[in-house]
Amino acid sequence: MARTAAATTNRKPIVEPQVPDFDRLIHERTRLSIVSALAVNPTLSFNELKAILKTTDGNVSVHTRKLEEANYLVCRKSFEGRMPRTEYSLTAAGRRALEKYLGHMEALIKATRKGSE
Amino acid sequence: MPDQPLPIHEHALESLRIIRETMDRAGSFTSIPGWGGFLIGFTAIAACALAQRAVSDPQAWLRVWLIEAGVAAAIAAVTMTRKWRRTETPFMSSVARRFFVSYFAPLIAGAALTFTLVHRGSFDPLPAVWLLLYGTAFVSSGAFSIRVIPLMGICFMLLGVLAALVRLPVGNLVLGAGFGGLHIIFGFIIARRYGG
Repeated sequence: MARTAAATTNRKPIVEPQVPDFDRLIHERTRLSIVSALAVNPTLSFNELKAILKTTDGNVSVHTRKLEEANYLVCRKSFEGRMPRTEYSLTAAGRRALEKYLGHMEALIKATRKGSE
Repeated sequence: MPDQPLPIHEHALESLRIIRETMDRAGSFTSIPGWGGFLIGFTAIAACALAQRAVSDPQAWLRVWLIEAGVAAAIAAVTMTRKWRRTETPFMSSVARRFFVSYFAPLIAGAALTFTLVHRGSFDPLPAVWLLLYGTAFVSSGAFSIRVIPLMGICFMLLGVLAALVRLPVGNLVLGAGFGGLHIIFGFIIARRYGG
């Protein structure tokens, strides 16, 4: 215990980077994956998203609804024969949010590296 | 003692990793059967040996390679379906559709050229046509798949250029090097690095 305390006091002080005000809506892992998957596909069906994310129907449903409410994605419902089909695509606002989030994350990593130099 | 929370920059790195991995998975058709390609390589080498014996009779030579094409297509279909089921990836997703359209377009062109050339009794260009268009199929469809696919396509195209400079007996050997050797090498790489 004493050794741990000594090691802690000898350690170089960590300069905490300033935490940017990033988008908490897409910071959540599943929602971040949904937005990322839609960024490289014009549209993805509900089942395609589920398979890419390897998650449950409920999870995809809950998180796509939150993104839809934020106007980050649009949902289109149609029928393929008798089977209902739900397709999602990213809106311009959703794409901008992802780009902004990426920028924030990169800035954060850069700031941390600068701080530890 | 409870786990220490992750420092904020590690959260950022983790987020970037999630974005990159999801984009790779969502933007690529990954059900390329490595072991299937590996097996096709061996059937192609057997076909090359058989075809070499028949090279003085171009019709018989062509029959050997057409049968090999059928065998290879069957192996590819079976192993691709198995890999797709095992990895639970969406098979007829939009990216898979783009992959198959880019893949089959050059092959259809190759089939049409084969028909025309055979109809005119011109067999010497066939190895070059097949290798070049098969390579083109991988270069174009590789944009929607794993990174090694376009590289494999380029190798097939280089052998196609070589095959264009030689007559049928040597062209047959170049075909064997392509459909046999390259399938074995790249099939093994895909199987080891990309899950079978």
